[in-house]
Amino acid sequence: MNSPSQLSPKTTTFTEESLKKQFRISEFLAEKIISSVAFLSIAFIFLIFIFVFKESLPLFNSESGSKEKTEASVITANKPETYGTASEELKPESYGTEPEAELKPETYGTESVSNEELKPESYGDTPKEDLSVSPSEETTEVVSQNQEGADKTWSTFFTTEWVPVSDNPRFGLLGLLIGTLKVTIIAMLIAGPLAVLAALYTSCFASKRVKEIIKPIIEMLAAFPSVVIGFFALMVLASFFQDVFGYDSRLNAFIGGIAMALAAIPIIYTISEDALAAVPKTYTEASLALGASKWQTAFFVVLPAATPGIFAALLLGVGRVFGETMIALMATGNAALVSANPFESVRTFAATIGSEMAETVFGETHYSVLFFIGSLLFIFSFALNAVAEFYVKGKLLKKFQGK
Amino acid sequence: MKDIKIKVNDLSLYYGEKKALNEITMEIPANKVTALIGPSGCGKSTFLRCINRMNDLIPNVSIKGEMLVEGIDIYNKNVDVVNIRKKIGMVFQKSNPFPKSIYENIAYGPRINGIKDKTQLDEIVETSLRQAAIWDELKDRLDDSALGLSGGQQQRLCIGRTLAVSPDIILMDEPASALDPISTSKIEELIHQLKEQYTIIIVTHNMQQAARTSDQTAFFYMGNLIEMGKTNSIFTNPVQKQTEDYITGRFG
Repeated sequence: MNSPSQLSPKTTTFTEESLKKQFRISEFLAEKIISSVAFLSIAFIFLIFIFVFKESLPLFNSESGSKEKTEASVITANKPETYGTASEELKPESYGTEPEAELKPETYGTESVSNEELKPESYGDTPKEDLSVSPSEETTEVVSQNQEGADKTWSTFFTTEWVPVSDNPRFGLLGLLIGTLKVTIIAMLIAGPLAVLAALYTSCFASKRVKEIIKPIIEMLAAFPSVVIGFFALMVLASFFQDVFGYDSRLNAFIGGIAMALAAIPIIYTISEDALAAVPKTYTEASLALGASKWQTAFFVVLPAATPGIFAALLLGVGRVFGETMIALMATGNAALVSANPFESVRTFAATIGSEMAETVFGETHYSVLFFIGSLLFIFSFALNAVAEFYVKGKLLKKFQGK
Repeated sequence: MKDIKIKVNDLSLYYGEKKALNEITMEIPANKVTALIGPSGCGKSTFLRCINRMNDLIPNVSIKGEMLVEGIDIYNKNVDVVNIRKKIGMVFQKSNPFPKSIYENIAYGPRINGIKDKTQLDEIVETSLRQAAIWDELKDRLDDSALGLSGGQQQRLCIGRTLAVSPDIILMDEPASALDPISTSKIEELIHQLKEQYTIIIVTHNMQQAARTSDQTAFFYMGNLIEMGKTNSIFTNPVQKQTEDYITGRFG
């Protein structure tokens, strides 16, 4: 708050007035806005998780009780009502079918074996079952199962059959889990080395001109809609690799993995390239001055120095593949099989949600299970990030960079 | 002079169009310390980097003339730059240890030269650290990160790393410019010990350092080699006016 007469240094004196603490409104506002936006984005992530998890809560509690009603009623007023009323009345009816299911654990095993052999056809069957039940009946029936079926649903989680729409629904998550892991591993085995090596090439070997051409092109792949990649895999890659390897199911984990690798490569590439380019030139110079060749420098100095960034890039790639829905839907065959063969069809978590969420009945077990899968995806990626964080900070860095 | 290690004939260097070194001709004796002095931007660092072809890394550099190391022109097309750098090590202005452990920093050079034997590596690490006069400080913490060392220790580690590949010639680009006087004196002492076995060429801004450490001094100005001779005579009785002005601090 200087008056014009105080502008020249001679007349300026340190008075309490001139040194008084000032309140800068614009700075204050900017600070608050930035922090609130930041917290908002963090809060969004948690809210999404809470929402997803809440929708799957009926699975955890067969007598979901009044507590949940009140919580759920905020978002969905209908759901709790149907729970309470429909279930108890219809319980006896559904009991007729259920004991069979509960007594069946052994038969499950045999069934699944036969199913595996007959896979394609048996999968085609499920829609038939769907059709046989009229929509209105289905709602009431399934809701009834939801009520006392929570424990039963849990017990089916660890089986291998994914038959969510049936008189006797089975929600075997193992098949989906194995499918997801299979596709993720295949995709990362392809995308990881390719992308990291491409990044290493552009940052350490390529001339400036080549780099200026290659980098935007690979990054353009990131802008490809996954539908397009999925379509490409579905039409071109699938036929091509079937001709090459001659396996039975045209769409399988391998094709899905390749397609997802295409989606993950640009992400991994961009971030690891940035990490590699951020390695100080002095390391490169020091290494070269010791008589190391270019590739020795790239592999033994630049790459280890960029490890944290490359790890982050790989993690983002895993995250992308893990949650990739459209490509999985189009290219993996969508059959929840349990096998180690990469050329068998698989069904991933994300694809399951993507394909079934629109057709499931609001509030029934299937619906809850889908949301449960959603929270599983969340938990997996959180766990992955946490483990990686600790591992990278703890072990890997020490190994490469000393204690 | 007896025993010439490096002989430079009419060496010119261009950054694109700009001439950075103008027909340098000089002889650098073996097992002596040669200091290159001159104001900033005079080309002394550029010249130093010519000796182990580090300028190859910079695009648009073209070099004319001869750089004979033990009679072989290192800019000959048939000469492998990697092998040159194994013979001619370099210590940089800013200490640049790798983000690895102390042990790995030293072992890196021998390792890329194909030495895999652990006991042999241990031996090399110890001798090079001893030669770099830093063994006693570091022997108990070889597995620690080199980035945790002080600036002076890092620089001596870098010298040790250079020694580990047993070069003939060591180039030092202002090795002590970022260090405190104590670390500086340690490094100067080190240079003294090393010159019995190695040919050392050192670029420095510090006139006293040049006077203290070197046997020969070359004065660069605006890309030209103005004067070269015994350090004593350069500092006490310079032939050229420019040299005298620079040394006495009248310009530069």
